[in-house]
Formats: sequence, C-alpha cells, structure tokens
Amino acid sequence: MTETKRITCVVCPLGCEGKLAADGESIVTVEGFGCQRGEQYAREEAVNPRRMLTTSVRVRGGDKKLLPVVSDRPIPKHLLMDCTALLLGVTVDAPIAEGHVVCRDILASGADIIAARGLSAAANKI
Amino acid sequence: MFKAQYDIVIAGGGPAGMAAALGAVATEAKRVALVERDEELGGILQQCIHNGFGLHRFREELTGPQYASRFIRLVEQNQAIDVFLDTTVLSVSPEKVVRAVNPDKGVLVLEANAVVFAMGCRERTRGAIGIPGHRPAGVFTAGAAQRMVNREGFLPGKQVVILGSGDIGLIMARRLTLEGAKVQAVLEIMPHSNGLARNVVQCLDDFGIPLLLSHTITAVNGAQRVSSVTCAKVDADLKALPGSEFDIECDCLLLSVGLIPENELSRAVGVVIDPVTGGPVVDQFRQTSVPGFFAAGNVLQVHDLVDWVSHEGEIAGRSAAQYVLGSLRQGQRAVNVKPGPGIRVVVPQKLTVYEKPAGDIELFCRSAQQERNVTMAVTDGSQVLVRRRLPVVRPSEMSVIKLPAQRLEKLLSGQITVVIEP
Repeated sequence: MTETKRITCVVCPLGCEGKLAADGESIVTVEGFGCQRGEQYAREEAVNPRRMLTTSVRVRGGDKKLLPVVSDRPIPKHLLMDCTALLLGVTVDAPIAEGHVVCRDILASGADIIAARGLSAAANKI
Repeated sequence: MFKAQYDIVIAGGGPAGMAAALGAVATEAKRVALVERDEELGGILQQCIHNGFGLHRFREELTGPQYASRFIRLVEQNQAIDVFLDTTVLSVSPEKVVRAVNPDKGVLVLEANAVVFAMGCRERTRGAIGIPGHRPAGVFTAGAAQRMVNREGFLPGKQVVILGSGDIGLIMARRLTLEGAKVQAVLEIMPHSNGLARNVVQCLDDFGIPLLLSHTITAVNGAQRVSSVTCAKVDADLKALPGSEFDIECDCLLLSVGLIPENELSRAVGVVIDPVTGGPVVDQFRQTSVPGFFAAGNVLQVHDLVDWVSHEGEIAGRSAAQYVLGSLRQGQRAVNVKPGPGIRVVVPQKLTVYEKPAGDIELFCRSAQQERNVTMAVTDGSQVLVRRRLPVVRPSEMSVIKLPAQRLEKLLSGQITVVIEP
C-alpha cells in the first residue's frame, strides 16, 4: 500500500516542504524539493531517519557536575530515547579530555558517544 | 585594590568577547583584558550542548561547548590576553576606566585605551510580557531552564508547557523530553514559528510535541506551584479570542519570548542606542557613538548564528586595536544606513566614509516578513548601489548584503537605505 508523507527539508534555510510516496521501504515518488540534496534528504528521512544525539552524563570528582556529550555520527532516530536513557545511568571520572569516548558503539548503532569538552578534577577542598 | 593598564578591556568572555580579544592581538594590540563574570569562558555556548554551531566558520556542526573550546584554546595560549574569570564589571567610565570585582582580588580597576562591549543579551521575562494570574513557583525563562538541565543537573519540571517557539524554546522542548519530562505543548502567538524549520522538525515533530500556532497564555494557575496554564486562540491583532480558552495541566512553564541586549554598561557611558535593535548605534568598524568604545555580538544585535557573533567580535577587536594604534580610519563624513520597505533592521546604522575607501562593507539585515525570491537592494535615494538576489528572507534569519566601499565615494546623499524591491 502506498503511503504519502509530508517532509520538511532541513538541508538549507529554504526549508522546502515536499511530498514522498512510499510502499514500505520502496519509494514511489518524491516531489516538491528544490534540489538534489533535498530529494536525497527526503529519501533518507523516509526510510532511515538519523539524528545527532546530544545530552549530558554525570561526572565524579570533577569541577563540574555534568559533562556534555555528543554522538560522533548521526544515529537512527528510533534509538534516541533508548540511548539517552542508557546515558542517564553513565557516570564518568574527571579529569576528562575533549573527545574522550564515553560509550562505544552505543546500542550497536555504530556511533560512539564522546565528550564535547574537557573537564578538570575538582580542586581539593580544605 | 588591584590596578592595571591595558590597551583594550573587553567586557564579556562569550563568543563575541573571545573573538574580539583574538582580533585585537592579531592587529598588534599588546595588552588585552578579557573580563568574564562566569567561572569559565564561552558564555552561553557552554549551556547550548546541542549541535549545529560553526557550519559557516568551521564547515562542520559542533556543539556549543566544542565551538567554545576552539576559541578558549586560542585565547589561553595567547600571552597578550589576560583573562579575568568570575569577575563582574561594575562600571565603565567615559574616561575608559573599567571597575570590576571578583572574590580573589576584590575590586579591580582596569584603565584602558579602548573598550569593547560584549555582554550579550538577557531573556525577556514574564513581567515583560505581562501574563496575568498567580505567581507560583515553576515559571522560568527557557535559557535559565537550559542552564539548570545542562550545567547544574536538575530538571525544572516534569510536565512542561513552553510559551514561544523561538529556537531556545524548541531546543528545550527536545532536551526536556530526552531527560524524561513530558512537554505538553509549545504555544506561539504568531501564525508561524519563529524558529528554524530544522528545529521544528527535529525538536517537536520527532517527539510528537504539539505546536499551537496563533495561541497564547492568558493566565498562570496554581497556589504554591504551577498547576496549569489557561490558553487561548488569538485573532489577527494577536488579542485572545473570548470563548476559546482551555487549560493545560503542567508543573512548569518555560518562556521563550525574546532576547534583549544587555546594555546597562554602555548606556552609562552615553552611547546612542538603536530603539529597534536595543543595542548601540555603530559604524562598520563597530565603533559606537562615543569614540574608543566598540560593541559586538548579542549586545549589539541579537544574532541567530554564533558564526556571525564571532565575525562581528573580530571586527570590533581589530577596530579597537587600530583605534589604540592610531590607525583606525577617521571619517570625513558619516552616512546613515536606514531600513527601507521590507526591511526591519540594518546593522551597522552608520558608515564612516574616509579617503579612498576599499573593501566590502557587510550590511546585516532582517526582513520585515518572510518572502521568497526577492531582490535586496541598497540605494541612496537616486541610484541603486548594489543588488542581491535571495531565494528566501525571514525575520528570524539574518541576511547579509555586501556593499563595495568605493561606491560610497559617489554617494549623492548622506543616507543609504536597504530595501526589498517590489
């Protein structure tokens, strides 16, 4: 059965709103996008939408309470909530260097979760 | 009391201030003080943990902290820049004496030959938009909530309503959802979102969060803590339609209803403020109406892309250094730059015309409304100086039109106007 989706392209600020008709995984028609990149985006968005994941994890012994983290590549959209839930349970020890891998191949998505900044250890309290 | 002399003192260590410091030393300023009230450099970028920063400058999408750290490294490596953290500027005098305070040194007196204002902006609050109702706990601005969630580590509420669909409101809708809160709805008084299409898709649609356009909040309910908000549809004049009210249950209301440049320090020096931008009136060097005082970033005009903030910081820093060294171009006359039909804002508001002008002058503009396939033009009333075709203009996205400086030599009037041609 053919299903039509409306897709807003986010590749550039034009924000074309197009339509894509698909029968399961196979795309029947794509229309309304102003360029090739937009059409490509719509195809991916219809079949395998991906997003960058940004969140934070707890820090032990750091001069900050939280470490912002980011996926090193986009992950499948349907895994976003599960990945965040998993990272809620992660605590890292300071000091941490920017780019440090906090979680490798999160939920077998192929993406590593890395530290988006460096953090120092907490100064010793007197 | 700590006393020191500097070529340039910069108030604010966010992206504008850091870029200004680097621009100043690249132009051979020898001693630069960068004064930041937070405990680290980076400004608001440190709490913007989402990605999408730096596409123009670095050709990649960085998170806020990643973007900040690229500048912080350069600032910290530079011997000519002294960074004062946890230090609040108390006052700036017209003689360019900057008074500040921090817990380590107490009162600091920094004497400068030039000052760059880079204090950023503040959020508009509930008081500023006058929502009636009770005054319970649980009402925050979106940026304050962002700091709580991303830096302090606590959630402002579990059932959230967001008023205003600017980018911060949209980003917070996603962020709170990921952290386990339920975002009931985002309300927008205008018939269109003020945020980027990308954020509407990736922050609301992805999580099934309703965006109620042409809606506003008419009352906040709850005694100790917010228990609900009363919402209503609005008519074409943005007035609530009687009879359309309904309640949404919530324990938290976030306001994302605009940003205001933070110019208390600049006003005290006597710089002229543009009533439309809320920031100082500047020329192409980002010099304010008071010589030797410069401004850049959100204190000057609220930006949508940090890349432009950094760019503007560099211009202000370079110009401040040239002012100190005596090489800043002195104007023979000033030309006023005005927004014409279709344009709401233009920065800079003045151009300093000097002998043998060279290079391009970038005019930063915001359109009055969204339009597709337009021609933006700069005219002096009798001739068009430059035209640019644009596939789309939106009030929420800054457009840039470049004016070749040598065109100013042949100007027939003391004013140029940026317009969208009909």
